[in-house]
Amino acid sequence: MIYAICFYLFATITVFSAIMVISSRNPVHSVLYLILAFFNSAGLFVLLGAEFIAMILVIVYVGAVAVLFMFVVMMLDIDYSELRKGFQKYLPIGGLIGLILLAELLLVGFGWGLSGPVTTDPATAIPALNEMSNTEAIGSLLYTKYAFLFQMAGLILLVAMIGAIVLTHRARPGVKKQNINDQVMRRRGDAYDIVKVKPGQGLG
Amino acid sequence: MEIGLAHYLTVAAILFSIGIFGIFMNRKNVIVILMSVELILLSVNINFVAFSSYLNDMGGQIFTMFILTVAAGEAAIGLAILVIYYRNRGSIAVEDIHLMKG
Repeated sequence: MIYAICFYLFATITVFSAIMVISSRNPVHSVLYLILAFFNSAGLFVLLGAEFIAMILVIVYVGAVAVLFMFVVMMLDIDYSELRKGFQKYLPIGGLIGLILLAELLLVGFGWGLSGPVTTDPATAIPALNEMSNTEAIGSLLYTKYAFLFQMAGLILLVAMIGAIVLTHRARPGVKKQNINDQVMRRRGDAYDIVKVKPGQGLG
Repeated sequence: MEIGLAHYLTVAAILFSIGIFGIFMNRKNVIVILMSVELILLSVNINFVAFSSYLNDMGGQIFTMFILTVAAGEAAIGLAILVIYYRNRGSIAVEDIHLMKG
C-alpha cells in the first residue's frame, strides 16, 4: 500500500515537472523543474531497489549537470521570450508526433506483457540483500566483468572534459601574463648592457 | 494495488514522449532542447532499472551508470558549444545556426 502511494507520488511529480521543463517561460524555472524531476526519479529508483543508482543520479544530474545548465542559462544574456515565438505554431505537429510515439510505446509495452512472463536465468543475478548490498553488488560486477567498459567510460569523461576546455578556452591578445619559462631562462646578458661612455661625449 | 513492471514502463514512456514533444515545441531554444534530451535519457534509465529489478538482473543497473556517463559528457560538450556559439554570434536561436550550409 505504502509502496503504491510512494510510486504514484514520485511518478506524478516526475511527469508534472517534466511537462513544466518543456513548457515554462523562464529557462531558470525549467532547470529547477528538471532538478525536481531528477529527485523524484531517484525516488523511483529507490523503490525499485537500486539505491546506488539513485544516489549517483542525485549527485551527477542534480549536482553536476543541472548546475551546469543553470550556469549557462544565467551566463548568456538572451531574450528568451523571443525564442518562444513558434510555440503555438509547432503545437499541433509536435503534439501529434508525441501522442503517436506514446501510443506506440504503450503498445510495445502491453504487447510485450501479453507475450507471457519472461523466464530468465540471468548471468548476473541480483544477490539477496542480506548477503550483499546494492553498492557492493554493483562494484563486484563493475570492476570485474565490466572493467573494460568502466575504463572506456572514464575515457569518455576525459575526452568530454578536455573537449569542453578546448572549446571554451580563448587566448586573448594584449593580456599581460607571467611567463615562467621566460623568467627562468633569463640570463644576465638579456637584462642589461655595459656601455663604455667616453668622457665628454655622453650617450648620444 | 500491486505496482508492476508495466507501471514503471508507462512512466518511462510518458517521460520519453514529453522529451520528444519538448524538442518539437522549443525549436528555437537550444538550452531547452538539451534539457529534453536529458529527460529522454532519464526515461531510458528508468526503463533499464525497472527491467533490472523485475528480471532480477544486475546488468541493467550497470548500464544505467554508463548512460549517466554519456549524458554528463553530452551535457558538458553541448553547453560548451552553446557558449562559444553565443560568444561568436550573440544569439542561440536554432534558425541562425546555418554556418556550415555554405
